[in-house]
Amino acid sequence: MRDVAIIGIGQTKVGEHWDLGLRHLALEALQAAMKDAGVERADALYVGNMLSGELTGQEHLGALIADFAGLRGIEAVKIEAACGSGAAAVRMGYIAVAGGLADVVLVVGVEKMTDYLGPRVTAALAMAADADYEASQGVSFVALNALLMRRYMHEFGYRKEDFAPFAVNAHANGMNNPNAMFHLKVTPESYARAPMIADPVNLLDSSPVCDGAAAVVLAPIEWARQLDHPVVRIAASAIGTDALAIHDRRDPLTLEGAALSAHRAYQQAGLGPKEIDLFELHDAFSIMAALSLEAAGFAEKGKGVRLALDGEITLHGRIPIATMGGLKARGHPVGATGVYQIVEVVQQLRGEAGDNQVPDARIGMAQNIGGSGATVITHILERVG
Amino acid sequence: MTLAGTWRLRHQRYQLQGEVCEKCGSLIFPPRDVCPECEAPAKTPYTFSGRGEVYSYTTVYHPPAGFEEDAPYTVALVRLEEGPMVTAQLTDVDAEQVEIGMPVEMVTRRISAEGEEGIITYGYKFRPVLRRTRG
Repeated sequence: MRDVAIIGIGQTKVGEHWDLGLRHLALEALQAAMKDAGVERADALYVGNMLSGELTGQEHLGALIADFAGLRGIEAVKIEAACGSGAAAVRMGYIAVAGGLADVVLVVGVEKMTDYLGPRVTAALAMAADADYEASQGVSFVALNALLMRRYMHEFGYRKEDFAPFAVNAHANGMNNPNAMFHLKVTPESYARAPMIADPVNLLDSSPVCDGAAAVVLAPIEWARQLDHPVVRIAASAIGTDALAIHDRRDPLTLEGAALSAHRAYQQAGLGPKEIDLFELHDAFSIMAALSLEAAGFAEKGKGVRLALDGEITLHGRIPIATMGGLKARGHPVGATGVYQIVEVVQQLRGEAGDNQVPDARIGMAQNIGGSGATVITHILERVG
Repeated sequence: MTLAGTWRLRHQRYQLQGEVCEKCGSLIFPPRDVCPECEAPAKTPYTFSGRGEVYSYTTVYHPPAGFEEDAPYTVALVRLEEGPMVTAQLTDVDAEQVEIGMPVEMVTRRISAEGEEGIITYGYKFRPVLRRTRG
């Protein structure tokens, strides 16, 4: 196994890009990442995407985007793992470089969601759940998270307003990220007034429907040492899985897939939660942020919300999360999200996070979740020079 | 959902038929042919009673395509009395009256319809257990 570095990063602004199609979004992110890395060619391209077939009528993204980016002929495939597609594609790139099968690998996560209106997109997102036994009952993804949130409040005695710090923190950090979808200050008062989507999940618990693309360039670590950027290596890359349907899990309030994924990543990197300086977690909904903090070992079961209430998730807390806005404020273009998270951890480790810089950040973790917790991809990145 | 897909699920949708593991005795719903507890093959049919209680619930105001006419509606995770959990809509009850732990029972209802020409899908929903009258 070879040490793998991230030598280039790129991203589009997240938002409603009515003027840009799927391929144009991917191209913009890829070109930015290749310029950042100083490469013009690559051995392979992995495309993370969930819904291109359903929402743009376009599958077969590997060859399409490789050709559109002027890379016709290279190895190129799409990787799909619902909302975890982006990080799953990064892991495939990692495997290729670490295994010595490729030297320069491009990974782009891209999603185009805003060409359709509400019900069509809601139904498309529900494809991440069990079609025969969840989606067929009319359960939206918001509803699945609402089921988890209500039970969590019931078992651990939280009130609705206790979840406000997740939205307040994400939006505070999003204010300083020029690529974030929202530049909107959220207060506990505005959280309390937010319209309900699926009780108890309100609008400010939920990540937005949006478009975006993010890209990274992976290479053996020796390549990185020849560039001007601080060297960022992939210290761990791991996937854990769980039952697709919430009703099939041993305990719905324990994200077993996330715990497995984080545990494997800690083992690979030879470290634990105490050494992690920041955590880009999958805050598609406030409850997912709480459950992720618990599964990854930053809080005991039932204490994830308490950690947020104690102010420990902010840029100056014990474990900063959503440091560039997270899924909530940067936005959640589903198949691109996992790559955005990794791009943002690299920004932090390079010291390029501007007003949101976590002081002395050396080790960062990114965790991308497919569905309601069935596929969980964890990467730990480390600045080594 | 397609005609063939609906037909394949008829025993689950209309009877709540799952499986029992002959090796460890686990009762399984939805059926999965491999026991999640002991990983032995589990293909023996087992019909559940349809009684259970609400584990969690929510009301859907922004439905997925195909369910617009029914919104708002209440969905729940129901813990069956035999152990497994089921995701289903609640019916014959106002959302404000639902609470965690509420006893419910399965009934057969229309789940979704695909317009004038399309398939009408029937299946399980759960309602509050009706009070039995002495007779």
